[in-house]
Amino acid sequence: MSDVLLRNITKRFGTTTAVDHLSLDIADGEFVVLLGPTGAGKTTTLRLVAGLERPDEGEVFIGGERVSQLEPAARDVAFVFQQYSLYPHLSVHENLAFPLKSPVRRLAAAEIDARVKRVAEMLRIQHKLNNKSTQLSGGEMQRVAIGRALVRQPSIYLMDEPLSSLDAKLRGELRLELKRIQQELGATILYVTHDQIEAMTMANRIGVIDGGKLLQIGTPREMFEDPNSAYVAQRLGQPQINLLPAGALPNGRIPDGAVTVGARTEHLDLSKSGSGEGEVEWVEHLGDQIRLHVKLGPHMVTTLVDPDSELVAGDRVAMRLKNPLYFDANGARLRS
Amino acid sequence: MAEIRVENLKKAFGDFVAVKESSFTIPDGSFFCLLGPSGCGKTTTLRMIAGLELPTSGKIFLGGEDVAFKRASERDIAFVFQLFALYPHMNVRRNIGFPLLCQGVPGAEIRKRVEETAKLLRIDHLLDKSVSGLAGGDRQRVALGRAIVRRPLAFLMDEPLGTLDTEFRDLMCEELRQLHNRISATTVYVTHDQLEAMSMADHIAVMNHGVVEQLASPRDIYDRPATVFVASFIGSPAMNLLTVNSRIAKGAKAIDLQGAPIAIPEAREDAPGEKLTLGVRPEHVRFSDSSPFRGEVFGTEYLGTTQIVTVATAQGHLKARLPSQIAVRTGETVGLTLAGERLSLFDAASGRAIRTALYEERPHV
Amino acid sequence: MTAAITAHSVVEPSSASKRVAGAIVIVYALVSMIPLFWIFATGWKTPPDSISYPPKLVFAPSLEGYCNLFTTRTRQTPEYILGLGPPQTICDRITRQRDMVIAGPSNYAPRFINSLIIAFGSTFCAVVLGVLAAYGFSRFKVPLKDDLLFFILSTRMMPPIAVAIPIYLMYRQLGLSDTAMGMILLYTAVNVSLAVWLLKGFIDEIPKEYEEAAMIDGYTRLHAFFKVVLPQAATGIAATAIFCLIFAWNEYAFAVLLTSGAAQTAPPFIPTIIGEGGMDWPAVGAGTTLFLIPILVFTVLLRKHLLRGITFGAVRK
Ligand SMILES: Nc1ncnc2c1ncn2[C@@H]1O[C@H](COP(=O)(O)OP(=O)(O)OP(=O)(O)O)[C@@H](O)[C@H]1O
Ligand SMILES: Nc1ncnc2c1ncn2[C@@H]1O[C@H](COP(=O)(O)OP(=O)(O)OP(=O)(O)O)[C@@H](O)[C@H]1O
Ligand SMILES: [Mg+2]
Ligand SMILES: [Mg+2]
Repeated sequence: MSDVLLRNITKRFGTTTAVDHLSLDIADGEFVVLLGPTGAGKTTTLRLVAGLERPDEGEVFIGGERVSQLEPAARDVAFVFQQYSLYPHLSVHENLAFPLKSPVRRLAAAEIDARVKRVAEMLRIQHKLNNKSTQLSGGEMQRVAIGRALVRQPSIYLMDEPLSSLDAKLRGELRLELKRIQQELGATILYVTHDQIEAMTMANRIGVIDGGKLLQIGTPREMFEDPNSAYVAQRLGQPQINLLPAGALPNGRIPDGAVTVGARTEHLDLSKSGSGEGEVEWVEHLGDQIRLHVKLGPHMVTTLVDPDSELVAGDRVAMRLKNPLYFDANGARLRS
Repeated sequence: MAEIRVENLKKAFGDFVAVKESSFTIPDGSFFCLLGPSGCGKTTTLRMIAGLELPTSGKIFLGGEDVAFKRASERDIAFVFQLFALYPHMNVRRNIGFPLLCQGVPGAEIRKRVEETAKLLRIDHLLDKSVSGLAGGDRQRVALGRAIVRRPLAFLMDEPLGTLDTEFRDLMCEELRQLHNRISATTVYVTHDQLEAMSMADHIAVMNHGVVEQLASPRDIYDRPATVFVASFIGSPAMNLLTVNSRIAKGAKAIDLQGAPIAIPEAREDAPGEKLTLGVRPEHVRFSDSSPFRGEVFGTEYLGTTQIVTVATAQGHLKARLPSQIAVRTGETVGLTLAGERLSLFDAASGRAIRTALYEERPHV
Repeated sequence: MTAAITAHSVVEPSSASKRVAGAIVIVYALVSMIPLFWIFATGWKTPPDSISYPPKLVFAPSLEGYCNLFTTRTRQTPEYILGLGPPQTICDRITRQRDMVIAGPSNYAPRFINSLIIAFGSTFCAVVLGVLAAYGFSRFKVPLKDDLLFFILSTRMMPPIAVAIPIYLMYRQLGLSDTAMGMILLYTAVNVSLAVWLLKGFIDEIPKEYEEAAMIDGYTRLHAFFKVVLPQAATGIAATAIFCLIFAWNEYAFAVLLTSGAAQTAPPFIPTIIGEGGMDWPAVGAGTTLFLIPILVFTVLLRKHLLRGITFGAVRK
């Protein structure tokens, strides 16, 4: 295990700049999640670290060594692909053993077998070892794919949305499992996703990436409570942060230049009041959340309420802001 | 538009029974979700309704007519596949118009309906573009357009949003639901994503191993799960399930947990077994120093506005959803209270819910 | 009613249409089998039976065709034949009934072996070159890729026989005419364009993530090619090999032109089997029957691959 540094790397495909002067330090044993929408350059960043693409500019360092020009096999990284990862002509056991049989490793058969069994147990697929990899359910396939990375002990694990094709229950279980395995092994992981829950629950640090640029990086709490821009604030939090014109709700001091105010549930004080400025339009029961959609003049405000809240559609509510986030005309955060 | 009724529908592939004797009714104009884990038989059920798969036995009524053994082309339905099944060699207009062309609708009429449909989906500016250059969401809209342009009796959709990213999926969920509100076509929607189901459906059927475990409104599925499976499949994190060694009889209003009485909704029947499973949603767990029901904090997960705190108790791990402002240290001992009127009780042996006052309230529709 | 339903999918044809389709296939198969059956039967006839009119469908089978195929014979006087000892083999006896004795083996066996060497040799070369080239075209940025691919295909556009004369002259100059090496080179050159195009299609269908995963796991590209690409392309390789083999095995025109002795293949040899008073039809029938066997065996062995190969790529999953 060792730390990984990306220094100002850029990758262009024709006229699109997939990764744009991106710098990132990943400390040994750290779990870093890159969060961004489709086409943000997440996969390309991972491929640059793995050596499947060469950067047009910038350098990649693994464990202090410059590896930008090295072949993937020489870099000591493991990769879990977004799709297509299992070899259809091999069994589950052979798939898991495949990385260990490579010419650069050449482990003894007994050692390979032991490691495969250990990883299969860790991922609870030991009873499927003799299946063809095409005879698995989606969730099992994905676990084998993760297992193929875990049989090795590389400098860094690169994971490209490994859980995106699974159902919520399995995703939740594997999320916990992956976090536990990472802590157990002290592994360094660079993980890519567009699912903010995955990012929030697993990461030591989250990097929000868009248009190939790293917009902000920090611990989940920093990113959520102290975003640098309206964009980052919108990426995190369910329901999405409410962005309103700065003066839409009464509040004390508005910083100079503030154009937008961002308010999440914790920035809003709601009280039932016949003369309140908002009107509850509907109460949405989403199971684990109850969302209140409040009509505020021309705007809609969405906020969470307690299960025991008595508000119903048609109620008028008074709303007060508590330390909301202010953004200027360009969406940059204004701190007072 | 039509009602879809399924009676004793069964499907076996050789020895493997993918769908076991299911019956349910999808009311005219409702948005119906089939929800369940991977491999539970959702797609198979849908394909039988569509006529792409013949049932082993059973009946399917579409608008009162038994169509179980009719070909897909003889049923007036539209199917949206899991993947973007668009014709790559045709532009958007021709893709949307294709089903009408197959039915021999005259050209001018096709043009009119394609344009109406495109407006409905807000893709009218893309009509003459090639589908291969489209962004994922627009492709999905074109696929939807191809389904709605025919105005069929029913829409069948198999994870149409499965390949989109979360943010976009939320957007499309809203759009789909609004579309449904506008045209009120009977829709059967297959998904394994509970958020999709919860936010769109009028009725949800939760399936497991080829069996419909519960069919109810999203709120009832969440608040009154009929089986342990439903309780553990819905919610993220799912309902906490604690094993309790205690019998309850009709009229009981509390059970004994670590010597502390826990209030429950009044039982309306005797529990058949010795062991019970107590189900409690993470948001119905609160910390209270005075409570005799105690546990040790095992870990916390930060989710932004809320956090999930896992507490190790004598009955097993219990997750609580608490506001993030509450400071919790791992290892500290805390007292827990459960919102008594919201608890579910299951017979541990069969997994079935025990009828209580909560379950007998007038269910939300 | 429900018990009668066995089809899983409505996309699957009904049992009535299956029966009709089956009947059509059987009729077609029978019609196309008639010439083959006739050749097979002729091999077991005596020369008089083989040319009798009306043609005989029922006849006493005879080994004469096979004997004549593998031997050369000379006519002798009945006295001389009686003076020989008792016949050593069945062929001896059959030959003597026609007042002839076996003079020695015929050229059929060596010609047949030539065919095997040349056809399998050129198929092997064409497939190996084809896989490598197809992989290159599929995975690397090759300058002028499309033009090169078109050029490779264009070698197939004119009938090969159009270039027969230049090739004949060239081979004579190079000393390649009537050599197995020359024929292997020629058939490889003709087949490789087909192989490249077919195999490129198959290899394009194999996602490149498979090799990338292997390369990250510590394999070189070559290793990844052998361990990951080849097994998955097996279907395509089998289909390609059969197409190449069928061409090389049956090729007649070049074989007539470029081979006459040492490297002659079976196709030009078989029609030259002359008996007394014209063609020896039973021997031709026997030679042709034997000639069909290798390709039959090869096709049957690869049948599963072949079927999947032909439908591969037609449907995207
Ligand atoms: N090999 C390539 N050739 C051309 N353009 C490419 C290539 N790979 C990626 N791109 C482009 O680079 C940009 C970033 O792509 P990338 O695959 O990194 O996105 P991503 O963040 O992984 O998205 P997703 O969430 O959809 O997987 C996109 O605009 C994409 O079209
Ligand atoms: N043609 C088939 N032959 C044999 N088994 C099949 C066939 N089609 C489906 N199955 C099996 O039937 C079961 C149900 O499959 P189905 O496709 O309905 O699942 P699903 O609920 O749609 O799952 P997912 O969420 O993964 O799409 C699975 O166990 C599957 O392996
Ligand atoms: Mg990607
Ligand atoms: Mg499915």
